[in-house]
Amino acid sequence: MSASILLAARGLAGSRSLANYRSRGGYRGLAKALAMEPAAVVAEVRASGLRGRGGAGFPAGVKWGFVPTDSPKARYLICNADESEPGTFKDRELILVDPHMVLEGIAIAAYAIGARTAYLYIRGEFVREAAILDEAIAEARGAGLLGRRVLGRDFDLEIHVHRGAGAYICGEETALIESLEGKRGLPRLKPPFPAVVGLFGCPTVVNNVETLACVPHIIVRGSAWFAAIGTQRSTGTKLFCVSGHVRRPGVYEEVMGISFRELIEERCGGIRGGRALKAFIPGGSSAPVLPAAKIDTPADFESVAAAGSMLGSGGVIVMDETVDMVWALENLLTFYAHESCGQCTPCREGSDWALDVVRRIRRGHGRPHDLETLRRIARYASQGMTICPLGDAFCGPIASFLEHFGQEFEAAIAGATAPPTLLPVLPLRSDRGLFDHGAGGA
Amino acid sequence: MSGPAAPVASPPAGQPAGLAFDAAMESEIAAILARYPRPGAGLLPVLWLCQRRWGWISPAAMSAVAARLGLAPAFVEGVVSFYTMFQRRPPGRFLLQVCTTLSCQLCGTGELVAHLKRRLGVDFGGTSADGAFTLVEVQCLGACGEGPVIQVNDDYYGDLTVERLDAILDRLAAS
Repeated sequence: MSASILLAARGLAGSRSLANYRSRGGYRGLAKALAMEPAAVVAEVRASGLRGRGGAGFPAGVKWGFVPTDSPKARYLICNADESEPGTFKDRELILVDPHMVLEGIAIAAYAIGARTAYLYIRGEFVREAAILDEAIAEARGAGLLGRRVLGRDFDLEIHVHRGAGAYICGEETALIESLEGKRGLPRLKPPFPAVVGLFGCPTVVNNVETLACVPHIIVRGSAWFAAIGTQRSTGTKLFCVSGHVRRPGVYEEVMGISFRELIEERCGGIRGGRALKAFIPGGSSAPVLPAAKIDTPADFESVAAAGSMLGSGGVIVMDETVDMVWALENLLTFYAHESCGQCTPCREGSDWALDVVRRIRRGHGRPHDLETLRRIARYASQGMTICPLGDAFCGPIASFLEHFGQEFEAAIAGATAPPTLLPVLPLRSDRGLFDHGAGGA
Repeated sequence: MSGPAAPVASPPAGQPAGLAFDAAMESEIAAILARYPRPGAGLLPVLWLCQRRWGWISPAAMSAVAARLGLAPAFVEGVVSFYTMFQRRPPGRFLLQVCTTLSCQLCGTGELVAHLKRRLGVDFGGTSADGAFTLVEVQCLGACGEGPVIQVNDDYYGDLTVERLDAILDRLAAS
């Protein structure tokens, strides 16, 4: 079931150049779209069933349809290349292999929603990738594919690359918008949704790189072709990023619905060193962990949700039998405690608190009620208690690690060597200042 | 993945109190601001420009940026301190950013960190005595398939072992 649509050019010499992309049929989708009514482009993408590839899985065409067509304000399209979810590295691959495919997707989406300016927000660490995109934009501009009167039509479009500067939270669309406006990346309350009040107060659509890369193919080959790939409600291919204890980690493009067994055992050559699989995180670190017994789960939005997790960004983190799950949860919570923007109390305090509890369990200071404390934090910092989903992002791991691997936590507490104490045994925020992430801080 | 590393421009001995943008920077700033309907949106790109030029974001640089964009200096400092990549003190010639998030750790980052701390004689946040290397811990770099990964200035180095890392550091130190 291996598929090759988005990464068809992988391995081709010179795949990043405009000439190469055009020789493979590139920008035919844009030409076709510009000959259609914008509403027809939206309808085509909606009919394809394309769902957002950044993590939430919201239907892209429906999102585009939320943009008011009668607004006198400017409209903006933002391509989200902030790729920061641990375990996810597909957008970088797309940019490295086929930057023009991403630009063509942006151009079609911008035309569909009536935007004349698009921003590509890329995480600050991707310096080389940002330069590749800048180069591709200049090339496309020179060829009349961007700028004034794109392809001679009555459509102007500028795309600007905007680099982030190190903040996971800016992958959340409203935090991204704040960051793009030159502020700290603090998520906004919704509603109003960005489609109505987004960048600079104007209607804005934020789409993931992979989502936009699907768009030219849908326009060229038709929504029915795309909808026939994958499952009924998870259409198309998906880029899976497999990392951790597999023999051949990397990005794999697969038809939606491939089983994690096929992905891990066949594509990735199984577990390194002939060891057994213990657990895998199916959709980036925010997705609840699944035990090895769930390996036959099909990798599509519905099946992964039914198995108790989420397909998310498609970042599959594989852990073998040697992994100490208390350690693994401590690692993930360190990430979330560091990345919480600090705006909402349940997330700011909860992520730190949970980290502190897991740390003391792992270091032999566990207390009998610690697991109950963790469960309570997971309950009260999630499900709408915070402005953005970062609360859910660290609570899902807590709840799922305890559900599937609770005995490891219990054993660590039962084997605690230090006397229980009511005071924190480790200084809170010992190694990270909450708003002080710079080299000079903390 | 492993192109030549561009060294961060050496920081000036002491940042002058009144920092000014030269003509080249002014023209870059003008090009940046032309991309946005509001000058404030140019803040991150202008800060990047300053860091590339001066190696770090000093209080004087923040004041200059604030004045240029019509923002309060405290607002600029608030933004600078929110993002991990803006350096608020001068780093060494090479900034070693070690990813310690899950996938990299599963692939052996721990050993690299222990080795780096020994070799450089510093803990996270420290700069080696010769001023060549600053060691920092960072969260996921988004290259998990190549773990363990370290970013050195602008460049990613993946699939690292202690031996490969030593060879890279030797080469950088001699450059």
